[in-house]
Amino acid sequence: MGFRDALFGRTKQVQPKLDSLFALSTAALTLDTELDLVPSGEAGLCFKSGSGESTITTDAEVLELLNFDETDGKVSLSTDDLGFKWLVIKDSDIEALVTRIHGANTSMVENGLGPRLLCAVFGFVPKAPPGEGSVRMVYLLKQGTFYPFAPTGPNQRDNELELRVRSFLEKDLPIEKDLSRWMALWNLPVN
Amino acid sequence: MAKSKIESDHGLNVRMFVTGLLLVVLYLIIVTVLLRVGVSLGFVIVIAAALMFSQYYFSDKIAMFSMHAHEVTPQQEPKLHEIVDRLCLLANMEKPRVGVAEMDIPNAFATGRSPKHAVICATRGLMNRLSDEELEAVLAHELSHVAHRDVAIMTIASGVGMLAGLVSRIAMWSAMFSGGGRSRNGQNIVLVEMATWIVSLVIYVIAYLLTMALSRYRELAADRSGAILIGKPSVLASALVHITGDMGKIPRTDLRKAESMNAFFFAPALAGGTAASLFSTHPSLEKRLDQLNKLERQLNG
Repeated sequence: MGFRDALFGRTKQVQPKLDSLFALSTAALTLDTELDLVPSGEAGLCFKSGSGESTITTDAEVLELLNFDETDGKVSLSTDDLGFKWLVIKDSDIEALVTRIHGANTSMVENGLGPRLLCAVFGFVPKAPPGEGSVRMVYLLKQGTFYPFAPTGPNQRDNELELRVRSFLEKDLPIEKDLSRWMALWNLPVN
Repeated sequence: MAKSKIESDHGLNVRMFVTGLLLVVLYLIIVTVLLRVGVSLGFVIVIAAALMFSQYYFSDKIAMFSMHAHEVTPQQEPKLHEIVDRLCLLANMEKPRVGVAEMDIPNAFATGRSPKHAVICATRGLMNRLSDEELEAVLAHELSHVAHRDVAIMTIASGVGMLAGLVSRIAMWSAMFSGGGRSRNGQNIVLVEMATWIVSLVIYVIAYLLTMALSRYRELAADRSGAILIGKPSVLASALVHITGDMGKIPRTDLRKAESMNAFFFAPALAGGTAASLFSTHPSLEKRLDQLNKLERQLNG
């Protein structure tokens, strides 16, 4: 935000930065070799639904816009208890997941929904035993940075694991430097 | 107050005594300077004392207000009260009032002009992040601050610094207004007073640094007493690791509920790393962990 914008109380809406998204496929290899974490096969895109700006309001319209067929069971759209919409995509191939999330972002930006996008989330689970110590890589679309989120309970997260993930991925990904931006996403629908 | 079962540490005592002594020496220098300049001593002292006393007398209210904390009853926070109850029995001290600050930053503080008027306060972020055992360790540290009467001691220490600050301002004033040259060598008087002003400024900086040093020693002393009280220095160490440094910065707030939501929907306001404060009131994490490790060895050896 520039000085004049601050002076006149204007805020520019920010378009998402998508460039760094593809770096995740390299990071997935590092997570596999260093921390035994493999992609869970699920990724999500979180955005705030709202009126105005665009005529797209219903779930069906969003799905149509993104050219996704809901019948194959790989894509679902849900609204969480905080009023945010989650587009969840299932695909065992991480590169395909990244491509589809990127595609979804691009079409939303083209239809004026860019400023509503909050974050993209990719799930990673340990090879064995499953379910214990899973990590989500959260991509802050406005910042263009990633951070790990490892929830262990309804209001608990494993900070040690998160910082360990950071130490391994610092070279592969633009990790969010400001730790106070590593916000939690409790009860997120992406596993 | 009954004598608390919290033992003292000689090395720390010596350092605290030396720091206190230096503060007193400074105080003497200030008084001499004041008399030389010729300001009404009584006036300066009355103002400084009034400010200092209100800061001291209302310390609990000021701290609770600035941290947005509120007092809680045993019904509202049974666990917190239970831990404080047990620790007070253990240390044989009067139970302070208990408060909670609704913020995500993990922190705790103790305040109040005397153990009778003390309040011990924890933030919501602290309670969410720590295990019961670690929370107990942090509360033991805060109770030690109460037992050590740290509010009173730090008020006196910073009062001296404040007095020095006053002197520097008054000296500047007199330098500006007495330069009329009423005496034979008015030029010299101005020079002398300018020098006084610079000296008091230097004194102010030194007093400030000493106050900070004293504060760090008091923190180490509270760490020590707290660790001895619960008998497990390693638990306090692990609590410190969880709430200070990188881990303490990672929020529990939900991204979708964040108050600073604008930061994510609109352009980032101010980014960039925060500079580590040069004149810290708390000792470094390494120093604190080092002391707790030594204690752990002593207790086990």
